[in-house]
Amino acid sequence: MQIDAKGLTYIYNPKSPFASTALSGVDLSIAEGEFFGIIGHTGSGKSTFVQHLNALLKASGGSLRIGEYDLTDKKCKFLELRSKVGMVFQYPEYQLFAETVEKDVAFGIKNFSKEKTEDEIREAVKEALETVGLDWNAVKDASPFELSGGQKRRVAIAGVIVTKPEILILDEPAAGLDPLGKKELMELLHSIHGGWCKTIIIVSHDMDEIAENCTRAAVFSGGRVVMEGKPSEIFLRADALLEMGLDIPVTAKCARILKQDGFSLDTDFTCDDFVAKVLSLCGKGGAEHAQ
Amino acid sequence: MLNDVTFGQYYPTKSFVHSMDPRAKLVLTIAYIVAIFLADNFFGLAAVILFLALAVIFSRVPFGSVLRSVKMILFIIVFTAILNLFFYTAGEELHVLWQWKIIVISWEAIINMVFLALRLFLLVMGTSVLTLTTTPVALTDGIESLLTPLKWIRFPVHELALIMSIALRFIPTLVDETNRIVSAQKARGADFETGGLIRRAKAMIPVLVPLLVSAFRRAEDLGDAMDARCYSGSKGRTKYKKLKFTWRDALGVLLLAGLITGIVFLNLYFGGKFAILNYFFSA
Repeated sequence: MQIDAKGLTYIYNPKSPFASTALSGVDLSIAEGEFFGIIGHTGSGKSTFVQHLNALLKASGGSLRIGEYDLTDKKCKFLELRSKVGMVFQYPEYQLFAETVEKDVAFGIKNFSKEKTEDEIREAVKEALETVGLDWNAVKDASPFELSGGQKRRVAIAGVIVTKPEILILDEPAAGLDPLGKKELMELLHSIHGGWCKTIIIVSHDMDEIAENCTRAAVFSGGRVVMEGKPSEIFLRADALLEMGLDIPVTAKCARILKQDGFSLDTDFTCDDFVAKVLSLCGKGGAEHAQ
Repeated sequence: MLNDVTFGQYYPTKSFVHSMDPRAKLVLTIAYIVAIFLADNFFGLAAVILFLALAVIFSRVPFGSVLRSVKMILFIIVFTAILNLFFYTAGEELHVLWQWKIIVISWEAIINMVFLALRLFLLVMGTSVLTLTTTPVALTDGIESLLTPLKWIRFPVHELALIMSIALRFIPTLVDETNRIVSAQKARGADFETGGLIRRAKAMIPVLVPLLVSAFRRAEDLGDAMDARCYSGSKGRTKYKKLKFTWRDALGVLLLAGLITGIVFLNLYFGGKFAILNYFFSA
């Protein structure tokens, strides 16, 4: 399903002294099959934007279409839409509530597909838990509150992907995880991307994460999209990003320093590519030096 | 879903009333309530209205915001007014207008109804001027300061004030948290809007459990943070922001003292609220 937002605006607490515009005219299209990154600092409107994709917030103005669903239409089938657009919030482990992991993960699918039998639900829950890399027999009867932090997050993600959404949105999915946990999480996302999950959208502060994983990205600032394109294009404009108070990937930082010293690299800012380009540069330089 | 729960309806602006000492405002509010119930005729209430109008004008809060607070108890006002209209029987001589079985409508009842409704209006509007112009934190500071004498009987005034300010401080945080959890569960297909009472109550479980867990987590974190900064109760504790009386407070007290004196005189001079009837019916 293709996502099309045109002139999307959103105002918090309208008509009160606390009114604040969170989105002021967002134009953004995300095609099916993308691994899309959304960048922006706190208050840039990125979280507000992604909550619209799930119809959790209703736009104050503009239009938003996802596939055949028109989200600005009041008659839109929101429940059906939400089963197709999965949303993993920041620190999703804070939404766990049931007595057992199995019951918690089953919550979503029970809400969305009321016609499913107990066995079908159990099967779906088992598959979701195994997808996120948890041992079904070990965790199904455990209380979600007695698991470790990383396991809790996996359970929470399983609770969203149990309905196999076509579009999966994750708000800061790796926040608070250790480096290994982050790596495993990204591997998990890549493993489901392209299967039943066609589009993945991640919101992130971590520029390395965006550079490494995303096929395309958008930069939010002041409630607007200020940049859009492949990470390799966006991070070429490192100065503009830094000016906005955003970070750039380590690779882009190195490339900037190299550029100041007169070495220009044609890299896409992923780690592997960067190292390969630097090595080839070294080879060249070394060869010249030997002459 | 919870956007309309703006607890502590503080209206942020700068004004004469805003910059008054919270203790003075608390005392003045209490005295104002006394004045409302002291007033025995419409002239007294008119004086109270005048005072309230001055307070609203000098608070620079839009009149609509002050009125909004009345909306919440409008039902109570209407309900008591109607009961009073139909069933008022106090006093011996009633100037009856209309009667059907036990329902009696008299001139006295109408006057009494208007009087009562007016009193309730003034009560709510006056107190909401206090909450509109004083932040919850300033309010608890004021209460703590006013309750200081209770320390003599070993009443934990400081601790009580701390509990109050922490509770107030965490309401917006917990409202945010609730909104976040509600959104997260809605994203998983939770339905809070349809079904009967029991179904709706049950639908709240996926929100209440995580909220409770997070409240405990926050409480523990806060306790640790306070310990880490060597918090040890009220002993030897000084204030960063000291409350200070200014000429504004003196002016407010003077005005209110004037109001109460005026009301007492008006009561003596014009008599009770029904005195007006004598004027009409004796003629």
